Amino acid sequence: MANVATNEFKGGLKVMLDSDPCSMIDVEHIKPGKGQAFTRVKYRNLMTGRVGEKTFKSGENVEVADVLEIDMEFLYSDGEFWHFMKTDGSFEQLGADEKALGDTHKWLKEQEVYTVTLYNGAPISVTPPNFIELEVTETDPGLKGDTAQGGSKPATLSTGAVVRVPLFINEGEKLKIDTRTGEYVSRA
Amino acid sequence: MDWQPGTDLARLELRARYLAATRDFFASRGVMEVTTPLVGRAGATDPWLDSLQLEGVGPETGIPFYLQTSPEFYMKRLLAAGSGPIYQLGPCFRKGEVSWRHNPEFWMLEWYRPGWTLDELCQETCALVDQLLGPEPYHTLSYKQAFLDVLDLHPFAASLDELRQASHACSGIEAQSLDRDGCLDLLISHQVEPALKARGRVLVRDFPASQAALAEVTQDDEGYPIARRFELYVEGIELANAYQELTAHEEQARRFTADNEQRRQLGKPQVTEDRQLLAALQAGLPPTSGIALGFDRLLMLAAGAASLDEVQPFSYQRC
Repeated sequence: MANVATNEFKGGLKVMLDSDPCSMIDVEHIKPGKGQAFTRVKYRNLMTGRVGEKTFKSGENVEVADVLEIDMEFLYSDGEFWHFMKTDGSFEQLGADEKALGDTHKWLKEQEVYTVTLYNGAPISVTPPNFIELEVTETDPGLKGDTAQGGSKPATLSTGAVVRVPLFINEGEKLKIDTRTGEYVSRA
Repeated sequence: MDWQPGTDLARLELRARYLAATRDFFASRGVMEVTTPLVGRAGATDPWLDSLQLEGVGPETGIPFYLQTSPEFYMKRLLAAGSGPIYQLGPCFRKGEVSWRHNPEFWMLEWYRPGWTLDELCQETCALVDQLLGPEPYHTLSYKQAFLDVLDLHPFAASLDELRQASHACSGIEAQSLDRDGCLDLLISHQVEPALKARGRVLVRDFPASQAALAEVTQDDEGYPIARRFELYVEGIELANAYQELTAHEEQARRFTADNEQRRQLGKPQVTEDRQLLAALQAGLPPTSGIALGFDRLLMLAAGAASLDEVQPFSYQRC
């Protein structure tokens, strides 16, 4: 892949650091008045998810990572791989393993579109949409008339995720969930 | 379309008030305001300062002009011409410097006190900052002591390997390509400055002789060569940089040449040396202390702002 110099560093840029693909979160120019300039980068390692910091001499080059983020629709799981299909009309399919899927298994629904991060063409992570609609498969019976504020109770969703919901929610209802916080938003 | 300024009205007024208060301060002390050109045929040769260049300033073609990184050379020519104490408040330009505390175009307050020692200038600087930011105590320590306090590392006695290890350890930088000054710059910006933040207003004096720039060189109590220079840090932000000004024209010429040689090794363009400054030094610059203070940074501190964008009406991203 090509190299990129420090003056082109910016948030979102994907580069190779310590042999892993990383995504820059924050880039800061640091320079004592008459002294040498440095570029400090806060980044997320896309393989491990860990956040780190590294400083470069200004003008230094790093290798661009062959990382792509594409929209893919979830099709099915065969127990070992979770199969996604490109939404660009090519119908091309790719399988993500358990590691790439990570916590997203809690929000996995057929025909839903996910952002799949590819490194050298292979999926390394799967990001759910910010909001997803899921059905309640198990919860204590709803309390009639209690539509106002009040307590909450656990509800198990069709994906297996457990979220806190208001007392008036019943089994079989569809809910809108914020996948970033894992919190109930509203009835769907 | 985002057309609006980064400053709110209160901060625009703050800037106007501070400009007036600064001028009052110097008027009451008999320091004359001067204005010198923003462009010049010569530029700063500092290896780590990059000048913006202009073509076509006059009728000639092919002659580069430089936007000045500070008014220093012009002001020293005024001093050599017998101006007496002078100050200037105006814009400077440094190519490529953009961050929350850097802007390629910024306002500098620069002043010179012929016949004054660095200590006298230091007191005046504190008086000005007290007047503008409110009085607070100042802590003075040497560059060496700052490194010993924060890093337990002697910046002059440590080996290059030790400096590189410390640089890599705190920042992950590939330190093998850093020279001594590169390591010291990395350590002061990544470790020392953040540690100074908790100490309020700090005067750091006696910089390494290799970072003398335009300052006189002497020796410290252990015999290490040091630059007669101090920097004022406020809340960990480098606010002002002062020199006992170099007056010897031969030494100034030697530093210009050495700077351009270092620029060549770094693959950076050569900068036209200021021969008129050399001629002025030869004619005679009185012993002088001088200081440059980042005016926008001062406003940032006064306003409790998080970035220059909040105190400059139109910072880089709004131009």
